[in-house]
Amino acid sequence: MAESSTDSLPISFDAHPSTYRHWTLDLQGDVATLAMNVVEDGGLRPGYVLKLNSYDLGVDIELADAIQRLRFEHPEVKVLVITSEKDKIFCSGANIYMLGRSSHAFKVNFCKYTNETRLYLEDLADHTGIKTLCALNGTASGGGYELAMACEHIVLTEDGNSAVSLPEVPLLGVLPGTGGLTRLVDKRKVRRDLADAFSTVAEGVRGKRAVEWGLVDESIPRSRFQAGLQASVERLRGAATERSGPGVALTPLTPRRTEDGHGVAWEHVTLRLDEARRTAELELRGPRAAQPETASALRELGASTWALQAFRELDAAMLELRFNHQHIGLWILKVSGDPATVLAADAALLKLASSDWFAKEILLHMKRVLKRLDLSARTLFAILGEGVAVAGSLAELVFAADRSFMLDAEGGPTLQLGPMNFGPLPMSNGLTRLQTRFLNDPAHVEALRRLTAPLSAGEALRQGLVTFTPDDIDWEDEVRIAIEERAAFSPDALTGMEASLRFAGPETLETKIFGRLSAWQNWIFQRPNAVGERGALTVYGTPERPSFDYRRT
Amino acid sequence: MSNIATNEKIPNNVNLAEDRRLQRALEQWQPSFLDWWREMGPEGFQLQDIFLRTAISADTDGWAHFDYVRMPEYRWGIFLADPVPNRTIGFGDDYGKPVWQEVPGEHRNALRRLIVTQGDTEPASVEQQRFLGKTCPSLYDLRNLFQVNVEEGRHLWAMVYLLHSYFGRDGREEAEALLQRRSGNPDNPRILGAFNAPMQHWLSFYMFTYFTDRDGKYQLLALAESSFDPLSRTTRFMLTEEAHHMFVGETGILRIVERTAEIMKQHPSDDPRRHGVIDLPTIQKYMNYWYSLSLDLFGGEVSSNAAHYFASGLKGRAHEDRFEEHSALDAYYAMDVLEDGKLTREEVALRNAMNEVLRDAYVEDSQRGVDKFNKLLTEAGIDFQFKLPSRRFNRQVGLFAGVPVSVEGELLTQAAWDARRDAWLPTEADEAYIHHLMSQPVYEPGKMAHWIAPPKRGIKGRPVDFEYVRMD
Ligand SMILES: [Fe+2]
Ligand SMILES: [Fe+2]
Repeated sequence: MAESSTDSLPISFDAHPSTYRHWTLDLQGDVATLAMNVVEDGGLRPGYVLKLNSYDLGVDIELADAIQRLRFEHPEVKVLVITSEKDKIFCSGANIYMLGRSSHAFKVNFCKYTNETRLYLEDLADHTGIKTLCALNGTASGGGYELAMACEHIVLTEDGNSAVSLPEVPLLGVLPGTGGLTRLVDKRKVRRDLADAFSTVAEGVRGKRAVEWGLVDESIPRSRFQAGLQASVERLRGAATERSGPGVALTPLTPRRTEDGHGVAWEHVTLRLDEARRTAELELRGPRAAQPETASALRELGASTWALQAFRELDAAMLELRFNHQHIGLWILKVSGDPATVLAADAALLKLASSDWFAKEILLHMKRVLKRLDLSARTLFAILGEGVAVAGSLAELVFAADRSFMLDAEGGPTLQLGPMNFGPLPMSNGLTRLQTRFLNDPAHVEALRRLTAPLSAGEALRQGLVTFTPDDIDWEDEVRIAIEERAAFSPDALTGMEASLRFAGPETLETKIFGRLSAWQNWIFQRPNAVGERGALTVYGTPERPSFDYRRT
Repeated sequence: MSNIATNEKIPNNVNLAEDRRLQRALEQWQPSFLDWWREMGPEGFQLQDIFLRTAISADTDGWAHFDYVRMPEYRWGIFLADPVPNRTIGFGDDYGKPVWQEVPGEHRNALRRLIVTQGDTEPASVEQQRFLGKTCPSLYDLRNLFQVNVEEGRHLWAMVYLLHSYFGRDGREEAEALLQRRSGNPDNPRILGAFNAPMQHWLSFYMFTYFTDRDGKYQLLALAESSFDPLSRTTRFMLTEEAHHMFVGETGILRIVERTAEIMKQHPSDDPRRHGVIDLPTIQKYMNYWYSLSLDLFGGEVSSNAAHYFASGLKGRAHEDRFEEHSALDAYYAMDVLEDGKLTREEVALRNAMNEVLRDAYVEDSQRGVDKFNKLLTEAGIDFQFKLPSRRFNRQVGLFAGVPVSVEGELLTQAAWDARRDAWLPTEADEAYIHHLMSQPVYEPGKMAHWIAPPKRGIKGRPVDFEYVRMD
């Protein structure tokens, strides 16, 4: 499969409703309607046409932005309706020709990003309390139906034609790449044999049968669709969470190039690239000033509240690294700042979150950003060197790392735990990073709760909180060698190894999607049966038929 | 209802008497079909004797029997054209291999889709035409309408036979659904656009049978090439009946034109509408409308489905044997596409252009009748010629869907198109005029409505004034 030479054009993740090309966000009282109307020649990159509301990354960036803004900017919204402005078509999923032209690495990152967006949509319903309804005014196929499944309630129009379908297996020889199979059986609890039948019929299932099989929640005749939709909105509205205004505007971030030209600096985050060593340093700094302790003060600070801005910046840096620097295989995580201020900021947020939606949203956002870190397919090393004091929420970066190095020296770095490490920021497996770390010894996690003082390297090592603690004589060499050694391993093997080791403990919908579905999909994406000369994905849309190697593994 | 699906009741050449499974399936389906016919078939006229032809065998000569029959008692039969001995696949990747007598699993869904889509058009047109009996221009035309209706019913039977025989439970459900969809119903419409368009008068009926039944002809020709032999044999036999439907359309339009020409010669300086006939520009507008609607039925100009159907041997080109090469793999088709708001010539892989290839044959075939209408006008000394619009005009499907294009095929601005729309397509005023003209039926044998000339001859050797429908 030819890789697009434009793969290397940097991608921007900035979006704003006023400049959406593919979506309309319409706000009417407490109902927000997000309607898809993809511009055919509005692809992020040249070479493909976004027909029939098919999407590429650009379309999904706008969707993610809209979901994020509803949380922060529109507390009045209780119900989000996702629908399409195109007649008789809801969405036909990720654009096949876009996938065909993309490099393997881009495809994988694209799927990961869209998967995260759909999980954010579920997080919006589950934790923010905005009810989500998918109004299928036409056919939803592949990624279109997967998007629908990320909503709580699916309504399908009955017009003799509109269907839901997952045509990937029969038509393209790949899998639905955005959690479709997992959500079918795990979330919607469709019987596995029916799910099997459904996933092999390209044309999908319509009307009443779609309801019988549990693929959608309601099927409403086209002539009564709007009225039926209205009734569903009424019902959902009652179950939504009350949030009082005003909203908090998510002002644009202001990244700038670092002086040496090899990095990007935000206010609280700096990204330094070392292309030769294929590493990047990702530094997250603590608050420069004391953070608000009341809801009104917090509201006044708005988007420049440290915990919100710093984690938005961290998010932006990760996306920059994932999409625009694929050869950078090792991220060196660094933290700095005054531990007391961090712990105070954490405590204030936790206290306010029980009654103030904005504080709660900041927490939810931190959770999502840290999950994105866990899910990044790059080696994560945390380095705690000279003069560093890590505490509370910032310490989660250390626990997210595959390995951590802490300088053991008199007056050296310290590590201090806080309430943020014990619950509010769970991983995809539903456990905290410490619970996952000490899966063999849950009592140890409880003991750590009481360990509130700053810990030296020696103490942190004894408590199992860091991996290695070289002294000042060994430090430079140990860290350098570890990094160089790591950067030399097979990147594929590392990806598989890290993903297998990071998510110990219980399976959840999320871990299944990222760990199982995505892994299978990424394998299939590489196989000749999909992308070989006569692979199904290669010949799709060409006059040729696929030819398979029928040997099963 | 036992014993309904017997040899006498359902004329057939598929050995129905010995196929218990199929008998049982059809026994269940037949009552539903009759219910559908009563509800959605021709409004009225169910008790009248009508002089109809019934297919009774698949022999080239003597396949049909003509007699009076009441429509609900019509013997809808199941006929396949005779098998071609040692028939092999005529195109696509499996060229030269033996044709399939059973459905291959890997093509099951696609074949079912093709059959359902074709099958759906048959009852749809009956539904569209159900009120026309009340405004017929003569008993001869009334009988032709019902002949077309019962045969579309038989075509439905033909497709249902395939669904029941070869597609198991899914097939039976699809057969049931064919009776449940309703032309023009927004909640459960017929599958294809043109079959949901209202057809409220006889001018549209003739245009439909001329243009839309001709789409049917080309779809059937393409399916007659299918590697799935039962489909091939079924559609080959349907084509023999389809010819009559297009004859009804062509002669209907011709007779209207003839009548208008007659009036124009008598009153050269008057608006023909003053004399109760349909003026030629209005006929042209209906032609533009039904022609463009029918072009849509062929599907998108560039289609991966079409490529798949061809590659897998499911649907070929019309008269595949007239082509020299049958894989169509390393060949291209040049077509006009829209790029940056301009028409550009582009080479498309031939397999992906199969819909367009079939449309080409259709366009050529459609022109033949138009030439006859024009010849009549020339001979009558009238300075007017009908012209088929560009195939890009007024399209709702494919590359030019919703694109403002003139009848000559030029790209226009939406405003320019809107301004000229009424000159190209029927207006409400045109519709009102036609309705007014056709408000009274003519039920007297041999008599014709004022706006149409009598046919040259009657049916099966009977005179034009024969009592084709016994009105008592
Ligand atoms: Fe027919
Ligand atoms: Fe017909």
